[in-house]
Amino acid sequence: MHKKTNWLGFLTACLLLIVSAGSATAYDYPFSDPYVATIVGTPAEFAAKLPKEVPVKFDTIKMFPDRKIPDLLWNLDELYYSTICQDGPAPLIFLVAGTGAGFNSPKMQAMQKAFYQSGFHVISLSSPTHPNFIVAASTSGVPGHLEEDSADLYRVMQAVWAKHKEKMPATEFYLTGYSLGAAQSAFIAKLDEQEKAFNFSKVLLINPPVSLYNSVVLLDAMLEKVPGGLDNFNAFYQGIVDAFADVYKNGDDVQFNNDFLYQAYKYRKPKSDDPLEALIGLSFRISSMNMVLSTDVLTKANYVVPKNLIIERHNNLSNYTKVLARLSFVDYFRGIFVPHFQAKDPKVTEDELIQELSLRSIEDYLRNSPKFGLIDNEDDLILQPGEIDYLRNLFGSRATIFPHGGHCGNMDYPDNVAAMVGFFKAAKN
Amino acid sequence: MSNSIAHNRSLPKIILAALAVLLAAGCSVTPKPDPNIPYEPPKHKVEDYVKKDVTYAGDIYDPLEGFNRRAYSFNYYFDKFIFLPVVNTYEFILPDYVEDRVSNFVDNVFEFNNVLNNLLQFKFKQTGITLARFVVNTTVGVAGLWDPATGWGMPRQTEDFGQTLGHYGVGNGPYLVLPVFGPSNLRDTTGLVADGLAFSTYGPPAWVDDDDATLAFNIVSAVDKRHRQSFRYYSTGSPFEYDMIRMLYNSKRKIEIAK
Repeated sequence: MHKKTNWLGFLTACLLLIVSAGSATAYDYPFSDPYVATIVGTPAEFAAKLPKEVPVKFDTIKMFPDRKIPDLLWNLDELYYSTICQDGPAPLIFLVAGTGAGFNSPKMQAMQKAFYQSGFHVISLSSPTHPNFIVAASTSGVPGHLEEDSADLYRVMQAVWAKHKEKMPATEFYLTGYSLGAAQSAFIAKLDEQEKAFNFSKVLLINPPVSLYNSVVLLDAMLEKVPGGLDNFNAFYQGIVDAFADVYKNGDDVQFNNDFLYQAYKYRKPKSDDPLEALIGLSFRISSMNMVLSTDVLTKANYVVPKNLIIERHNNLSNYTKVLARLSFVDYFRGIFVPHFQAKDPKVTEDELIQELSLRSIEDYLRNSPKFGLIDNEDDLILQPGEIDYLRNLFGSRATIFPHGGHCGNMDYPDNVAAMVGFFKAAKN
Repeated sequence: MSNSIAHNRSLPKIILAALAVLLAAGCSVTPKPDPNIPYEPPKHKVEDYVKKDVTYAGDIYDPLEGFNRRAYSFNYYFDKFIFLPVVNTYEFILPDYVEDRVSNFVDNVFEFNNVLNNLLQFKFKQTGITLARFVVNTTVGVAGLWDPATGWGMPRQTEDFGQTLGHYGVGNGPYLVLPVFGPSNLRDTTGLVADGLAFSTYGPPAWVDDDDATLAFNIVSAVDKRHRQSFRYYSTGSPFEYDMIRMLYNSKRKIEIAK
């Protein structure tokens, strides 16, 4: 009897040990719904502890001194970027922002802090789809082509580096980007193999698209989840404002700060993913609108804004904004992007361009180069079915794939920050 | 002669002159066609997309748009050349810890307006909390430099006169971009003036009755408020930032008034 109890006790202890060991290694990012993860991100209480402030400096560089800038885009003629210097020699890491994002987006700020804290010099660059980059640094003014945009980024990196190299003695060069910035990082690394301006020793891709075209089709479709279609967008928007007002009024000491969305989510959990999908689609559409309007006015593409208009900085463009709000990224692809490339090479087809806008077009390089690492999520919303398996297969042991996090939602989670920094801290491959 | 006049211009006069230019400037906001380039219909025409019977979230009543857009860029330059350099110097000189004490002090002095506006909306519980906060923070919190009241379950109950007017059903009125103060509308501008008058006539400045102290406080609170406001004009890079801020301003106020 006595022995039996001991056995039971021993078994229970073993089980507890297994369970607790299991949960110690499990991934505890709080949202298993990829839409919630993508929107709410990582609330402060779950996020990696990073310094509150780092000695970041903003600066500008003029890439095309002779470029004539339309008055509407008057404030975008110089490219803004930021630098953070260590005291003395250190590895230097370039960060490339995701679609539509600037060098100082919240995700970029978190990355800057993580890398600065780990002893790297950091240079942060806006996405080639950000209006400032289009106007100040894009050779064609028509963003979206991975190889061309990456070449523009590479030129910017060299110009910025030339300006700061005395103050940032670099022992070696690293490169990373998230989302679209990750796909561009892959192409930059490939270009660097020939040009050798930096000889990047490590390159990390965080939540990249595999095929740009597939990803924009997915994101465009999300906005169609606005109940009753886009004609009813105002009702949808006012509904969100009212919901936020309810949270602000009745929630427990809710403040307008970075965690407002999380507090709103806790107080009023949405009954379905539809409004969340619509919000992700909306965020992507706003990025597209900024990008397309900049390109349309800069290159006089006669896409939405008639090319004979002289648009001044104080002009009202609300009618054109309303048109742009209804046009998808695929519309841009067919209406500006493809014609731009066919004007240079009449033989190039739409399908060929779609193939070029994909990691698959450089897969031999990505498969064989040991300098790459990948951090991704099983449930990344910008990937079509099968694409995460493609990435897993392509990068093999160089891939770290988390079970959830949606699109970049878990980037600030401690395990993710550790994986991101650890990749660059580890001894060379 | 004219040179010496130019040299004697003080800063407020320069600002007033700039404002006069702002007001006198032609206020048209419609882009004009270039006579040298023939019109070609664009690929996607406005008339094919914009519908009369649809309400657009971005359509905010803005009859003074020409003035507002110019005030918006005036504020950008005012920030760039005057306000932000002052704020940056302030942040450079003072440690974060001292900055936070200043913020608490300023907030505590302005509890006067929170009491008044909570009372005007008959929010007695919030009025009570605000009065208790003022007593606790002024005494235990050493003249408001610390804010122990929040930790003791008495969070700040922010209300301004614009919110009070909104509470009683006063609509937004025309959108306004105020020089220096930034995005507003007719209701909230009225509120801003009323709050300012009440504060200076019946509030702490009247209790202290010392013009120098009041001036010093006004300067410190202006710098402190800009220091706490992370918004930077044109920092989004969006060609339609003005439209977005206009939409978001009214939404933000709708949320604040609802509380």
